[in-house]
Amino acid sequence: MRFTVPLTAGVAVILVAYACGGGPPPPPPGPDLDSLNEAQRVRDSIEAARRAREDSLERARLDRERLEAARRDSLDAVRRASERVRQQLEVMVHYDYDRSNVRPQDAAILDAKLAILQVNPGLRIMISGHCDDRGSDEYNLALGNRRALSAKQYLVDRGIEDSRISTNSFGEERPLDSAANETAWATNRRSEFSITAGGAELRAPGGM
Amino acid sequence: MNRMFCLLAGLAVLTTPVLAQDPVERGVRIGITYSPGVLPGLLVLSGPRSLVLDSARAILARDLDYSDEFEMITLPTGDSLSIGIGREATSEVVAPSSLNEAFINYPLFAALGADFAINVHEDVDQTVVATLLDVRGARIQRQIRLTQTNPTDHDFRLEIHSAADEFVRAVVGTPGVASTRILFINRGRIYRTDSDGADTYAISPSDVEAMSPAWTPDGREAAYMEFPGTLYRHDVRTGTRRVIVPTQEHQNFTPEYSPDGRSIAFSRATSDGTHVYTYNLVDDCCLQRLTVGRLYDNLSPTFSPDGRRIAFVSTRSGIAQIYVMGADGTGQELFAPFDYGVTGSSNAPEWSPDGAYVAFHREIDRSPQIFVMETATRTVRQLTNLNRNSDPSWAPDSRHLAFVSERTGSRQVWIIDIRTGKVRQLTRLGEARLPSWSPRIIEQVPNN
Repeated sequence: MRFTVPLTAGVAVILVAYACGGGPPPPPPGPDLDSLNEAQRVRDSIEAARRAREDSLERARLDRERLEAARRDSLDAVRRASERVRQQLEVMVHYDYDRSNVRPQDAAILDAKLAILQVNPGLRIMISGHCDDRGSDEYNLALGNRRALSAKQYLVDRGIEDSRISTNSFGEERPLDSAANETAWATNRRSEFSITAGGAELRAPGGM
Repeated sequence: MNRMFCLLAGLAVLTTPVLAQDPVERGVRIGITYSPGVLPGLLVLSGPRSLVLDSARAILARDLDYSDEFEMITLPTGDSLSIGIGREATSEVVAPSSLNEAFINYPLFAALGADFAINVHEDVDQTVVATLLDVRGARIQRQIRLTQTNPTDHDFRLEIHSAADEFVRAVVGTPGVASTRILFINRGRIYRTDSDGADTYAISPSDVEAMSPAWTPDGREAAYMEFPGTLYRHDVRTGTRRVIVPTQEHQNFTPEYSPDGRSIAFSRATSDGTHVYTYNLVDDCCLQRLTVGRLYDNLSPTFSPDGRRIAFVSTRSGIAQIYVMGADGTGQELFAPFDYGVTGSSNAPEWSPDGAYVAFHREIDRSPQIFVMETATRTVRQLTNLNRNSDPSWAPDSRHLAFVSERTGSRQVWIIDIRTGKVRQLTRLGEARLPSWSPRIIEQVPNN
């Protein structure tokens, strides 16, 4: 221990000198008590500074993580909300045999889409008309077009810009249920809605 | 020219010629199942066997049966009985290159009920010769020498089909329709098959979903719709495809060539509904819309053979019915009469090549059935009633229709003879629909 003191003091002096940079020259080294205490103080203050720095880094890291988590949560929330909106948008409407008019019970489905289109002005959609396989194959292309058009017209009549909605028809070529019974046919007589642009982050209309 | 031919295998029972009997007994047929009718009896003769000869006989027999112009005479199967050409009282006969010097047992054929007989033999130069014999007149009526000798070759089949058509022409005055092909859709791909259902394979790319094939009047090309709605012209022989440029916009379907092949009519789905358009293919110009109105659809155009009129489907009465207009869109009127509120929807019209009929399908109790309307009188006749039957397409003889039937449980292409109502199944795939029957495929058949 005896032999180490001067060495430690020397180190402290060097450290002080280093810390003071271009300040006045350091006192000459000596094994006196004052200088030992001084060295200890310096040492402690360096350690405290180091700890403080580490603490602040840690705090910053935790803050950052908290922020990120919060942002993630809010992004997730936005994404979840957007996904709910997208699902709402993709709910199909159905039709009676050889008919293309919007049925009263399906108006609410289209009203929900209307609200979504209103609060998401960048959103553009495609409506695809489909038929069951009982009608004529080729006629069903025209009927599917009619079905898509009537769903579109419902939205356009309520203020959605015509150019935001495109339509096409798959006739009877894309059945969801290939069985030959009324349940399957009713399922297949439908319009499908898909997003063609502006669907990355969808805002939910009020009340959703 | 004394070559040994084994033409009468195991013919001991029938080597003695049966002489023509008293006229009152002419209707008597022996050894066969036959009910006398107005159709001439036809016997396809046996003879030396080889792959090429057997194939030729089988294809000819089928084609002539499918012509619905003959009563086919079928003999009991097996080796014990076969009828051929040969010298009296011997099974090993001398056959010259021409049949003229051969012994042909016309009285025997007549006794079997044959008015005509078909013989196929191999000549000394190894070419295959098909001969139509007029049994009543005891003479060779028509003889066709084939150029192809490979029975698996498409051209061999086509040559035999053409020979069959020529034999039909020799007997009834108008050629048969064996040398034709039928396009149809099987799970989104366009397939072709010969008129007898042989040689069936896909011609459109596997990554393309196609609908509604239609032949050019020369039988070289077909147009069809590819999803989501672009029309293509497809060279059937080379397989090359060209887009019909204005159909790259909107959804376009049901293409139909004009009889001169110069323009194409089709349906286009727009925000105004579906409408009939024409486009000039020769000058690549002049897209013309023929129907108007936002409230109803117009589709499935089909030209009259003179190219001056177009029959089409319109929903202007509330449900789909068959209408007609000038090829420029003028003079639109109802074509196939119907009872408002009673008659089911009518679709898929096709004008017959002779102009006399328009075939279409009409729903009876929600099941489509095949109908033909006589264009002169506008009288409508129902041809089918079994299960669901739809999408008729005329053979070039304006007598046979290909159509889709679900009578076996799946959609398959069938053929019906509109005179007799006789049907036969053409396809046996997973699914076959939207048939289009080609014109006669022209091929020079060298004749003797």
